[in-house]
Amino acid sequence: MAPPFSWLKPEPFGLHVAPADAWIDPARAVDTALVTHGHADHARGGHGLTVATPETLAIMALRYGVIETGSTPVAYGETVTLKGGVKATYVPAGHVLGSAQILLEYAGERVIVTGDYKRRADPTCPPFQVTPCDVFVTEATFGLPVFRHPPIADEMAKLLKARENEQGRCVLVGAYALGKAQRVIAELRAAGYRDTIWLHGAMERMCRLYEDHGVDLGDLQPVAGVPKAALTNAIIICPPSALNDRWSRRLPDPVTAMASGWMRVRQRARQRGVELPLIISDHADWDELTQTITQVNPTETWVTHGREEALLRWCELTQRKARALALVGYEDEDD
Amino acid sequence: MNRFAALLDALVLTPSRNAKLALLADYLRETPDPDRGWALAALTDGLDFPAVKASLIRSLMAERVDPVLWTLSREYVGDTAETASLLWPEPLGQRMPAPTVAEVVATLHTTTRTTAPAILADLLDRLDVNGRYALLKLATGAMRIGISARLAKVAFAQAFSVSVEDVEEYWHGQSPPYTPLFDWAANGAAPPRTDLLPLFRPFMLAHPLEAETLDLSEYAAEWKWDGIRVQIVHVAGETRVYSRSGDDISATFPEVTAALTTPCVLDGELLVRGAHQGGETGGAASFNALQQRLGRKTVSKAMLAESPAFVRLYDLLIEDREDLREWAWEQRRARLEALVPRLDPSRFDLSQVIPAKNFEDLAEIRSRARDEAIEGVMLKRRDSPYVAGRRTGLWYKWKRDPLLIDCVLMYAQRGSGKRSSFYSDFTFGCWNGDPDAGAELLPVGKAYFGFTDEELKFLDRHVRQHTVGKFGPVRETDKSLVFEVAFDSVHTSKRHKSGVAMRFPRISRIRTDKPAHEADRLDALKALIAD
Repeated sequence: MAPPFSWLKPEPFGLHVAPADAWIDPARAVDTALVTHGHADHARGGHGLTVATPETLAIMALRYGVIETGSTPVAYGETVTLKGGVKATYVPAGHVLGSAQILLEYAGERVIVTGDYKRRADPTCPPFQVTPCDVFVTEATFGLPVFRHPPIADEMAKLLKARENEQGRCVLVGAYALGKAQRVIAELRAAGYRDTIWLHGAMERMCRLYEDHGVDLGDLQPVAGVPKAALTNAIIICPPSALNDRWSRRLPDPVTAMASGWMRVRQRARQRGVELPLIISDHADWDELTQTITQVNPTETWVTHGREEALLRWCELTQRKARALALVGYEDEDD
Repeated sequence: MNRFAALLDALVLTPSRNAKLALLADYLRETPDPDRGWALAALTDGLDFPAVKASLIRSLMAERVDPVLWTLSREYVGDTAETASLLWPEPLGQRMPAPTVAEVVATLHTTTRTTAPAILADLLDRLDVNGRYALLKLATGAMRIGISARLAKVAFAQAFSVSVEDVEEYWHGQSPPYTPLFDWAANGAAPPRTDLLPLFRPFMLAHPLEAETLDLSEYAAEWKWDGIRVQIVHVAGETRVYSRSGDDISATFPEVTAALTTPCVLDGELLVRGAHQGGETGGAASFNALQQRLGRKTVSKAMLAESPAFVRLYDLLIEDREDLREWAWEQRRARLEALVPRLDPSRFDLSQVIPAKNFEDLAEIRSRARDEAIEGVMLKRRDSPYVAGRRTGLWYKWKRDPLLIDCVLMYAQRGSGKRSSFYSDFTFGCWNGDPDAGAELLPVGKAYFGFTDEELKFLDRHVRQHTVGKFGPVRETDKSLVFEVAFDSVHTSKRHKSGVAMRFPRISRIRTDKPAHEADRLDALKALIAD
């Protein structure tokens, strides 16, 4: 008999589901890819067959053009049977629109690959579901006890207060174009902000896609071509890379804000020249990571990417079996 | 404490000097006494609690956090106080109200090594994450957020619409929480009395002489000696020697301190005996010889015998409690000349007026001056009062070659080879305008030689202790250290943000005696362009 879980192999560029010859979030083009969510480091183009939620497939189509080769949409809660009899069920991960944990069942063993996830409420996607399993393959982007994301309402209040205090300026919020931007907009709406929210060009299509999937984002307008004066006291959303770019010179004296879990650490905010750090992340913080492992209570915990050392130490302290997988290519400097 | 924590956070994240000034000024205006005074002291490194050190923070955390998780976190965050503020376990239930800054200071002042752990833990429990950061920074006295005493004084002046010179003068006799200072500035009370204390008075400074020629019937000329500018104050039996930046260096030069027993305030150049400048008799050693004596808290007998210090006097600000600063230079000079013969001749002499008939004659005398270390000549308007700072048209310095400019250290990078562990590549900048009016430093060049091994050690230590940011291999410093940079020529350059490129820049000396805001401006460098 094969040793437990030997059908799932961590390879440098992804997790390989051997009996199905399928890869999870592979870092290069493969024949069959099971994709957890649409962020570029997890969803690369050019696979023969892409198995993902319909929302993720739509995001990939928007980013990479039409997926000409095969795609298999799997709705939340739905199970598909892959080659070799491996069953894959897509379960909400609460990370971004369409994000899923993938539950794999084979030879009586259950493995969950989380992709990226969070436990906080997010108006743009369904919440993470705790699902029992034998092996829990978790991310650890914010796997250090210093990372504790504050309630998002506090961060929205900071943002709205900065806008009010800095008359004659505008607030420019750097946010990941997929997920973070839409969440910030939806949370601003939830906080009662009704004014137009202005968008960098790179944000527009993804926001429309979210709206097409039933996420109400209110009045959005592109910044392009709008005179400076019309943007005073505005809130503008752009990708983090545009914050200190020449692009931002067109704006009226922007207060530079950034929505990211890294903003918890002052030097990280300083290094990016951020005046208004907003600690908002679509990843689980330390408490969520440890709480999730406790709730799922697997036989083994595998840590894919991030600060895995500290999470492994925590598993050791709580007498849980755990190991780090040396996977390459997952980066989340901006989240 | 929450207001102070918010101020600290905003200061950390605000790069522009103007915005920092505005934040500080708002805080000083809006915060009641004595909190604002204690905060001011904390920001300018004026507070010290011997019972609270970084090791106390580490031991408090060791009781609460697994050591491996602490080390991983500390390595990632890069700052002990910040790591502890983030990892401190939130107390269960309702938090006790946050302490005021004054309460924190009073509490910490009464702690001993035995009581400190419990007291600090209790304070930490009463604060949120930003408050804890501010508390730990205040308690360990390591702010490192780029707020110099000078910037704090400018902010104070701005907050209450008073002059920076007055703030400088009255500040010196005060200790935290500076209540009389706030009473004067904010509430219109009489200024604190300064005539009975051995206080520092702000220096009068000179402009570089550009192309103008001056009429020597209006201006007197003196040699510009290559030592350090000092002010010696004697009042009520006490003597203090102050450096250019207003630091008390009495202990560094005890022979000078002990020698003045006449009540007065003198301005002059501190030098070490030698034959390097000014001839064999009554001559002075080079600046390097003097440098051996700088920065020491105690001085050995051997050093006193080997390199005795003296002061070449050139001005008299106050004599016998009579303030002469409003008087014309000529009148002050007459009083000084009458006073010098009554002083200890081994420690004090008079800076001679150069007997030039006219400006051309002076230029001729200046060009003949062969003494290596004479920096050039000073020109002082005969009717000028003694005013703080640099006022146009009153005093000029006419430096000699090579081209020299005072720059501020901005960034440092480690060298390679035998210097691989040292920060030895230095990027320095000049002000793009008046630093007190919000000008910024612009990098103007890079130098990696010109210093001795001893100086390199000093520079390396300075960089490590004054780092405010890290960008890969590059460290950003708090921009407090002034270099005199010597260079062959300077040219316009489109590739550099400053618009200039220096040729062959080297660090000719380290000016620990000079505050950063007195470094040269970009215009001074541009005036030297020889395209």
